[in-house]
Amino acid sequence: MSSLTMRPCGDFRTSYKQDNTIFETKTIRYAAILSIIALCFAPLLVDSYFITLLIQISYLGIAALGLNILVGYTGQISLGHGAFFGFGAFASAWLNTSFSIPVFLCIPLAGFLTMGVGMMFGAPAARIKGLYLAIATLASQFIIEDFFARAEWFSGGSAGSMAEPLNLFGFVFDTDQSFYYVALFSLVFMFIWGCNLMRSRDGRAFVAVRDHYLSAEIMGVKLNKYRLLSFGVSSFYAGIGGALYAHYLGYVSAEGFTIFMSVQFLAMIIIGGLGSIKGTLMGVIFMVFLPEALEGGVGLMKMTDWGNIPMVVDGLAYIKEMAIGLVIIGFLIFEPEGLAHRWTQIKNYWKFYPFAY
Amino acid sequence: MSQAAVKIQQASPLLSVNNIEVVYDEVIQVLRGVSLDVPEGEVVTLLGPNGAGKSTTLKAISGLLKTEDGEVTRGDITFMGERIDKKNAEDVVRSGIFQVMEGRRIIEDMTSIENLKLGAYTRNDAQINQDIEMVFHYFPRLKERTGLAGYLSGGEQQMLAIGRALMARPKMICLDEPSMGLSPLLVKEVFGIIEKINKDQGITMLLVEQNANYALKAADYGYIMESGKIVLDGTQEQLLSNEDVKEFYLGGGNEERKSFKNLKSYKRRKRWL
Repeated sequence: MSSLTMRPCGDFRTSYKQDNTIFETKTIRYAAILSIIALCFAPLLVDSYFITLLIQISYLGIAALGLNILVGYTGQISLGHGAFFGFGAFASAWLNTSFSIPVFLCIPLAGFLTMGVGMMFGAPAARIKGLYLAIATLASQFIIEDFFARAEWFSGGSAGSMAEPLNLFGFVFDTDQSFYYVALFSLVFMFIWGCNLMRSRDGRAFVAVRDHYLSAEIMGVKLNKYRLLSFGVSSFYAGIGGALYAHYLGYVSAEGFTIFMSVQFLAMIIIGGLGSIKGTLMGVIFMVFLPEALEGGVGLMKMTDWGNIPMVVDGLAYIKEMAIGLVIIGFLIFEPEGLAHRWTQIKNYWKFYPFAY
Repeated sequence: MSQAAVKIQQASPLLSVNNIEVVYDEVIQVLRGVSLDVPEGEVVTLLGPNGAGKSTTLKAISGLLKTEDGEVTRGDITFMGERIDKKNAEDVVRSGIFQVMEGRRIIEDMTSIENLKLGAYTRNDAQINQDIEMVFHYFPRLKERTGLAGYLSGGEQQMLAIGRALMARPKMICLDEPSMGLSPLLVKEVFGIIEKINKDQGITMLLVEQNANYALKAADYGYIMESGKIVLDGTQEQLLSNEDVKEFYLGGGNEERKSFKNLKSYKRRKRWL
């Protein structure tokens, strides 16, 4: 355990304390800290398009972690996560313009507002489960979308609303490079908070509600409280993610927050791994980079002889869309436990190389 | 009347179930007037064949009937002088009854220690870690089993489930078939620990069992149920020496061995109900 590189193979944990750490081993902890430091230098090393992708991963990642707490850890379902994300975005912009609250306060406040809304729409979870709950939360998606369109005092209606850039002690985070640090900090902060939540008394209660609600109940866990609370925490994360999105783009309009976005969040956590914090991040990275990778592939195709055939060139745009769907289906069939599981398997393979089991 | 019986009658019962009737789904009557007393600090066992209503009685006590559309339609249940038959399951735990469910029902995606901490959910004091050590004292083999609780063997899971009950520091533990699916040696071990916990901690136990032999050896007092009614009750000695109990539950009376054919027809003639 003490050495950095060599580890005994097999189950090397010998105490319960080691079972419960955020990072499994010291190596992983150092690797995580080093990669965060490396990410701090990213604006110097990569171009600004890549930075925008990283920012996208940050705000989507925060919202997706919220959904994973709800779906993966508590075993509920929500088809309205995209709407909650949008609510956070509008709420932060609204708080900032209507009450001139500074932006760095607006972001957490928007989180709490969204939390309230999420708990309101999560209330049916006290009575219904499974598919029925999915349909009930689908209603929240449409109600909130409709609210965006009608409540002009809140969202600016069809015109949308402007969101000022984040301003902290006189420093304005209005470029991609500067906002990147805000996004990175929020991501790291929210993920550590999520990890610790899952290690706490409440986190254990969430998992108990998911795995066996009857035994949770006879241990004194209040089921309805935790079902509602998980909707609250999940929407809080969605609200924070949405608020960051708003102040990054500077402009929010209702068109983006459709059911498609909700489904995309679900796809992220299913691909990444339900009930896994690092899996959430992997799923988000995958979903953000997949279209980029396919775009790159299409570009390469165009440079070859195939690029001269008009049918192929016209078809490529459609092929790209279909490929995303195909990859997702392939994932569900070949890796139903998500990227987090695949990652563990790859690690095990190299740990025992060349003596695989 | 034996000495033990006198002692039990004198002690005021910790839990008393008075003539309850339970109806599932508003049509299926399962319990037809069940009464039983559990005195403080004793081990009381509830025996009976499948479908007699033993688990339903436990569910009525622990407040789980509602989740299965069941209802106590008559009678009442009092625990420490307070009525609990209308309470929710989570409030019953807070008043001091912890049920170890049939089939263990540990949370498989958590480690053993997280399961134990979950058992202490209702508590908020600083002694939780000490109590974990206390559980390891009773079940030393749990201490070595790191990793997810789903990978524990059946016996270890049962031990974890009992340990989890101890973590809540209850006044009374209801055990629903702790011997289910365990090898005879493990059954012996688990029952030994149950008796030990009862002696050391003074925790009252209500034990629902199919394994009458072990249950009666561990218990101070026993009730026998059939078709939703209590048909016989008595102290450990009374039940162990009862000819009918021997015939129906312990295997073989002290008459000479009959052929299976005779045994069957004899049983059919002689039922309690």
